[in-house]
Amino acid sequence: MSSAAEPMHDRQATLRDVANAHRPVEWGRWLLWAFVLAVSANFAWIVAWNPNFGWPVVAQWFTAESILRGLYVTLGLTVVAMVIGVIIGLLLAIARLSDDRLFSGLAGLFIWFFRGTPLLVQLIFWYNLSTLFPEISISIPFGPTLVSWHTNDLITPMTAAIAGLSLNEAAYMAEIIRGGLLSVDKGQTEASDAFGMTRARALRRVIIPQAMRSIVPPTGNQLISMIKATSLVSVIAMADLLYSVQAVYNRTFEVVPMLMVAVIWYLIITTVLNIGQGFIERYYARGERGATERMPVIAEATP
Amino acid sequence: MSRIASEGAPLVSARNVHKSFGHNEVLKGIDLDVMPGEVVVVLGPSGSGKSTFLRCINHLEAIDRGSIMVAGEQIGYRLSGERLTKLSPRAIAAQRRQIGMVFQQFNLFPHMTALENIIEAPVGVHGHSRKDATDYAMELLARIGLTEKANAYPRQLSGGQQQRVAIARALAIRPKLMLFDEPTSALDPELVGEVLATMRDLAGQGLTMIVVTHEIGFAREAADRVVFMDGGLVVEQGRPEEVLANPSHPRTRLFLSRFIREAA
Ligand SMILES: Nc1ncnc2c1ncn2[C@@H]1O[C@H](COP(=O)(O)OP(=O)(O)OP(=O)(O)O)[C@@H](O)[C@H]1O
Ligand SMILES: [Mg+2]
Repeated sequence: MSSAAEPMHDRQATLRDVANAHRPVEWGRWLLWAFVLAVSANFAWIVAWNPNFGWPVVAQWFTAESILRGLYVTLGLTVVAMVIGVIIGLLLAIARLSDDRLFSGLAGLFIWFFRGTPLLVQLIFWYNLSTLFPEISISIPFGPTLVSWHTNDLITPMTAAIAGLSLNEAAYMAEIIRGGLLSVDKGQTEASDAFGMTRARALRRVIIPQAMRSIVPPTGNQLISMIKATSLVSVIAMADLLYSVQAVYNRTFEVVPMLMVAVIWYLIITTVLNIGQGFIERYYARGERGATERMPVIAEATP
Repeated sequence: MSRIASEGAPLVSARNVHKSFGHNEVLKGIDLDVMPGEVVVVLGPSGSGKSTFLRCINHLEAIDRGSIMVAGEQIGYRLSGERLTKLSPRAIAAQRRQIGMVFQQFNLFPHMTALENIIEAPVGVHGHSRKDATDYAMELLARIGLTEKANAYPRQLSGGQQQRVAIARALAIRPKLMLFDEPTSALDPELVGEVLATMRDLAGQGLTMIVVTHEIGFAREAADRVVFMDGGLVVEQGRPEEVLANPSHPRTRLFLSRFIREAA
């Protein structure tokens, strides 16, 4: 190349440096944004000024004591049933994957039954357990009884709700967790084995942390379904959020405003859960290519 | 290579080892002794059962017939009196703790940093203190020249670096025996050298090693003995300069000629 062309070449290189590039002007996208925003604003305006929604009533009841009590029941049931469901689900998933035919068969049977019958029916059965089994006892099979209780003392609406929700949840979580465990490369189990780790340790330290990446998103789904599934417990006289709202509109006939109270609370809970899920997903994505720079520091702090 | 005592008890002793997958008999009676401090390189064509044999030594695969002893203990079984009984998974796990293994696909734990990978077994399995394990891990990282990568995750390392970390991880448990299954086969050619250099260092330090590899050069320079496997049997073994230069078995000759042609 001749020396006279050099400055020309330099200038070209500077002009072509992508660091100085501009975004292309995307009129189509701007128009689309403007249109969508206008339509949403208009819709919000219409809803806000529609007297049929009864916003003053919504505001009046939104933090009323009976509603908040119902909200606590919904949240409490969700958390307790989910925690028990995840724990039993994990055990079921491990049993299902084990080489032992007895364990995997029993786990399969459990999952088959609890996924195969409607949750509503399960709740009613738990609630009415005393009509089926008036007494519950621990005894040697076909032998003498060791301890026994009246079923009615054990099964309150609360315990029936927890048993129904958590056992049903366990069946679904078992399949989600099993899928997650299967998604981890077999070489990981092999390396853990080669280092003389016990099965429990390999699961806890190596397999489950990697399986979490594919377990967390569907679990988030389950949790959100669970919040709404708790509204089924109103059939067994548990005063959850929806039940409390119904109790009010059965008296006042303000059905839509009261349902709006419940809807807004459900949406708030879901939003909070979505944000939490995002954090959890980012935590388990550490070590992935493209994970944020900060991640190693966090991992160091929690070895 | 006079550091090997020719008498004394072997560290590894395999007798008449058979292994089938279904109807496919992969190992057809392997006999092999490995002396403490010896570096044995296993060569052989693809499918001859090299990986399978290596995996039998630490009971990643159970054998169907024969026996394997490591450091005086029978792998996977216990003889009490006249009665041979299978060990529990827990007891087998305990036996594996004296054997380090390096895999073709590295199998580092991707959710742990290089340092965390290395201290995982010493702390969690061997019950060493975190501080001792970390000190030793940093020493090992320094030895393989990766001190500054201690806090990097496996995916942020090159293949060669990952494999060297995997070697450090296996060394961190202070194994009596190291098994390498084609440690360089998944690497780009320009990264093979750094891993082989690390392994040559280990060989020079008197570690007992069984290495399955296709790197004839490594066998020539670092091996005390070359074992040639074909069709599930050991067909020939001896000092590398003898077996590699003057193979007596036709299968060995064929295999080596192919390699030498490839290398040329
Ligand atoms: N888990 C398994 N199930 C069924 N067959 C297997 C299994 N592992 C290995 N084999 C078979 O055993 C034979 C020997 O395999 P092995 O991996 O030991 O060979 P190799 O000598 O290591 O070959 P390579 O050089 O390609 O790694 C092959 O025919 C393979 O298909
Ligand atoms: Mg192999």
